[in-house]
Amino acid sequence: MLSLRFAIPTANSIASPKPKPKSAGSLQFLGNQTDIFSSGVSVPKRYDCKLQAAPTDVDVVNGKTSVARELSEELPVGLKKELMPKHVAVIMDGNGRWARQRGLPPSAGHEAGVKSLRELVELCCRWGIQVLTVFAFSAENWIRPKVEVEFLLSLFERALKSEFESFASESQIELLFYVMLFPSVRGGIRISVIGDSSKLPTSLQKLINEVEEATKQNTKLQLIVAVSYSGKYDVVQACRSIAEKAKDGEIQIEDINESLIEQELETNCTEYPYPDLLIRTSNELRVSNFLLWQLAYTELFFVRELWPDFGKDEFVDALTSYQQRQRRYGGRHS
Amino acid sequence: MEKDGINKPARVLWRLGYFLRELIVSTLSVGPIPTHVAFIMDGNRRYGKQQHLNQGGGHVAGYLALKLMVLYCRELGIKYVTAYAFSIDNFKRSPEEVRCIMDLMVEKIEQELSQVDNTFSRMGVRVHFSGKLELLSQPAMDAVKRLMAATAGNSKALLTICFAYTSTDEIVHAVQETCRRKLAPDQIEGKGNYVVKVEDIEKHLYMAVAPEPDIIIRTSGGHRLSNFMLWQSSNTCLITFSQLWPAMSCWHLVWAVLKFQRNYYYLEKKKKQM
Repeated sequence: MLSLRFAIPTANSIASPKPKPKSAGSLQFLGNQTDIFSSGVSVPKRYDCKLQAAPTDVDVVNGKTSVARELSEELPVGLKKELMPKHVAVIMDGNGRWARQRGLPPSAGHEAGVKSLRELVELCCRWGIQVLTVFAFSAENWIRPKVEVEFLLSLFERALKSEFESFASESQIELLFYVMLFPSVRGGIRISVIGDSSKLPTSLQKLINEVEEATKQNTKLQLIVAVSYSGKYDVVQACRSIAEKAKDGEIQIEDINESLIEQELETNCTEYPYPDLLIRTSNELRVSNFLLWQLAYTELFFVRELWPDFGKDEFVDALTSYQQRQRRYGGRHS
Repeated sequence: MEKDGINKPARVLWRLGYFLRELIVSTLSVGPIPTHVAFIMDGNRRYGKQQHLNQGGGHVAGYLALKLMVLYCRELGIKYVTAYAFSIDNFKRSPEEVRCIMDLMVEKIEQELSQVDNTFSRMGVRVHFSGKLELLSQPAMDAVKRLMAATAGNSKALLTICFAYTSTDEIVHAVQETCRRKLAPDQIEGKGNYVVKVEDIEKHLYMAVAPEPDIIIRTSGGHRLSNFMLWQSSNTCLITFSQLWPAMSCWHLVWAVLKFQRNYYYLEKKKKQM
């Protein structure tokens, strides 16, 4: 199976970078905007994806040159494997604006957003990021026009169904075919959904349970989709569970501490609940009630591009900026 | 802020600066002015090293910068100012540095109380300390309580100093208090009164004294919240400057307010929809 996989040249063409329209002077992070005062900030350069040798744990004699070519696109120049974040979170903002700029309906923006998401998932698989959390639908988004909300939920249902068939396929032949096209997802993607699912249509709730159950054993990447999610609500529901436990005498009130709350939050479905890097698109400088508790020490990265325009280059910028930062967690380095 | 002994040119410059700031305030006041601005005061020690100051000199410079920022906020009409002075994580630093910061705080409080340098009182600012104050030494805690009592009657503005504070600790404390209240015997008698809501937790946060911040400004180029006001910052404009905290000037505040004004109408529309 492995030798078949690596002999297929299509793997490389799919992995090659797609050109995306870029606005001139796009913002890497806010430091740029304050250069009228004085600049102490270095701007991360854009990197072309250059082929270079990368370490591999696969040892296939037959397709060795193809292996080198495929894995050599693993990390772009300048990114260090040991400094890659384990958990990346993304606020996918700007689909509506993207569509409006092109005179299209909002649904077209959301469809384009799904394409961007697929590309990001692929990149995360390739570059060894273990958890990707995406803010698909906030608890505050319920107030949007009913038509848009229904479209978003049906889009989510469709995307989930099609990914379910791809990622969780039991059939060997289907899996082989899929792995040939996307070799980086060997090992499978585990999908988890967080948020207040009681407000979602029943069919969607059922589908979510099926997908979570079927992909539970996958190990390549954990994709956490936040739907109808609010950071404050997450903490409130953790508090409710804790209050129940205290009422039943399982714990004392004095025993309530940070790790107890962490265990009750919805992100307890993953080994790495705290994002290392949060990316928000469309130049909005706020967190909008996403992963409130978990963002305590997360590095924030704000991008000017709208979500459908967020691609490999922008992701490389974000990772480069992340790798240059000194994370001290309140202590001192020296 | 004028002291005896300052020469005439310096006074003229100060008055000119004041006039210029008045002009800026009138211009900015055409748009919405934030109610609450929070500062993450990062970079004091690096500033001290850059300027070759003694041990603790950077933190003294940081304190002066805080006073200036509070003054500028008062001039702009910003009623609530919060400053992240010392995190619970900062206790991990060297004992000398921690002791230096505690001594500096006690010294400045004493100066404020004894009217040697009572800037905050003269500005009509009420000073409040938020955090797990039980972690402070007894002299520090006494000084803090005395300052809070002495300025309790001031009402022009509220300066909240987050000391021995982390947002996760604040939320744990709020959860504990909420559970305590909900599980009190008289509560359980009632029907379903023990259901926890968002308002229950918000009531017990240390920062319940102030509304949610409109802007959080972080200095020294860091793009993270570092466990500061996580609960309250969901719709806050997050702004980072590459300058170190003691190098902050009123221009930075002006820039931050302009950015806030840019996003204000969109956010207000969203709030009304909710």
